[in-house]
Amino acid sequence: MIKISALQFEYPSGEFRLNILNFEVNRGEKVAVIGPSGSGKTTLLNLVAGIFLPQMGSIRFGDMEVTQLSDTARRDFRITNIGFVFQDFELLDYLNVQDNILHPYRITSALQLNRQVRDRAVALAQEMGIGDKLRRQSTELSHGEKQRTAICRALLPQPKLILADEATGNLDPANKIKILDLLFRSTATHDATLLAVTHDHELLKRFDRVIDFQTFQGGKSV
Amino acid sequence: MKDHLYIAWKYLSYNKAKTATLVGCIVLIAFMPLALELLLNESERQLISRAVETPLVIGAKGSSLDLIMNTLYFGDEVPEVITMAAADRVLESDLAMPIPMYVRFTARNHPIIGTTLDYFDFRNLTLATGEPLTMLGDCILGATTAEDLELGVGDYLVSSPENLFDLAGTYPLKMKIVGVLKKSHTPDDIAVFVDLKTTWIIQGLMHGHQDLWKVEDPTLILDQSDKNITGSPKVYEYSEITEKNIDQFHYHGDPLTAPITAVIAIPFEEKSATLLRGRYLSKDEIYQIVKPEETIDTMFENIFRIKNVLDAVILVVSFGTIAALILVFALSLRLRQREIRTIFMIGCRQLTIVRLIAAEISIVIFLGAFICMVLLMVTGQYDHQLVRLLFIE
Repeated sequence: MIKISALQFEYPSGEFRLNILNFEVNRGEKVAVIGPSGSGKTTLLNLVAGIFLPQMGSIRFGDMEVTQLSDTARRDFRITNIGFVFQDFELLDYLNVQDNILHPYRITSALQLNRQVRDRAVALAQEMGIGDKLRRQSTELSHGEKQRTAICRALLPQPKLILADEATGNLDPANKIKILDLLFRSTATHDATLLAVTHDHELLKRFDRVIDFQTFQGGKSV
Repeated sequence: MKDHLYIAWKYLSYNKAKTATLVGCIVLIAFMPLALELLLNESERQLISRAVETPLVIGAKGSSLDLIMNTLYFGDEVPEVITMAAADRVLESDLAMPIPMYVRFTARNHPIIGTTLDYFDFRNLTLATGEPLTMLGDCILGATTAEDLELGVGDYLVSSPENLFDLAGTYPLKMKIVGVLKKSHTPDDIAVFVDLKTTWIIQGLMHGHQDLWKVEDPTLILDQSDKNITGSPKVYEYSEITEKNIDQFHYHGDPLTAPITAVIAIPFEEKSATLLRGRYLSKDEIYQIVKPEETIDTMFENIFRIKNVLDAVILVVSFGTIAALILVFALSLRLRQREIRTIFMIGCRQLTIVRLIAAEISIVIFLGAFICMVLLMVTGQYDHQLVRLLFIE
């Protein structure tokens, strides 16, 4: 599903370089990316999402070459194909839970907000256990509820790929397991692929594959 | 665009204090100059038209503006009183018709205008209901007074004492309402018209009491001779004039010494006006004769001079406020960098951010304009009262 080859990326400041010879993730796979801070895990997610463009190399998403897309096309590709789950949830304080879940539909013309989408948002929220909190302001939620809302927002456009950047990093152990369960279950239910950056080593055994960026760095093939 | 407006509205309604401040700033910079313009236009319309219609006013020497404001617009500032001799002098001159005016007292915050029946003809005032003044103690209400006080023909209105703490003052007079005027959209609408003599009764200069020659109680008499009789303070004074007691009302002294505040002089021709004005030019003259149009013109020249300064101040303040609004939005964007980064990561286009900010600015401007419009409508609704409050009272 994702195929990265001969990729070279360097930040404009020149302080960090990422070289990837070959990196593949198959459809439906749940892949964990681990490694020390500053090893390039988040950079990898940004490259896969088309937020960063590499200086060299190829990033293929199915049949699509992401690096060849225009800026607008990459944004449309991202919002329709990729669901982002962030460590700090990144919900909008001024929206309630339902509006936060529907937010991607309101900021792009690539997605159409209609009755079916609204119904799906409600169903998704119920599936995540926050069905009774749809009218609540996001600031009134617990950390666990905020992350469930963020997962709903990522899943609603039915993305093919979910990128989770330390999605369980701010949660207590009990919530970590619950959220990861939900993430696994929902990716499976929605036939999505999961690429997750994590520091939680105790959860790694639940992933199909684990990539350690310490060994991945330096242009080694994974 | 609907979704952008929705998100913008949610943001603005969540940040209520910030939104209220922004909207308040817009309302202020839009409303102030417009309201000022509206009120000045209205005041110009109200004051000038009445001033033009009133040829000459004679009053005590002093502020001509106070004299005009009191005589034409029934302002609170009472000029120094003159006597009926001033009206008599105009009559004697054979150059103009005098209409004496005594504008000093009030009834439930509405000015009582003591005058003659000529005033109604001069101002083309017609009755909506009732009859003209025929008896002492009768009064005719202006249309607005009748509405405000919810009074009509057959009701009574009591004059207000000049000073609540003056224990030796006269009793309020209970006046019978005999007529209500048609609306004229002039200060006459807010007045209570009475005969001049009624105002002297209100002042206590004219009064009615028991016939002292017929009283049986000796404590009511202080002094008595064949021709004169002096009553004690115990004598009951009437606070209402009726058909039964009207004959008991009398004025002590020469009626020419009775007080008035001004005389409206209506010259028989243009030449008469010039001649009449000439008669009041002497250094020893105790009266002043004023052409209201000139006084009001001078006042407006000063007002417009002040308005020009105000306009300049408002312009500078507006620039400052607009700069502050731009700064607020710019700072707000900096504070929302994280939110913007997140929605970029989700896949929003750059233009969407511009649209969201534009939607927020549009809503703030729309709310400001709407509130400004409502305030202007309210100002327009009450412009008559506001002009009176700002320029007359």
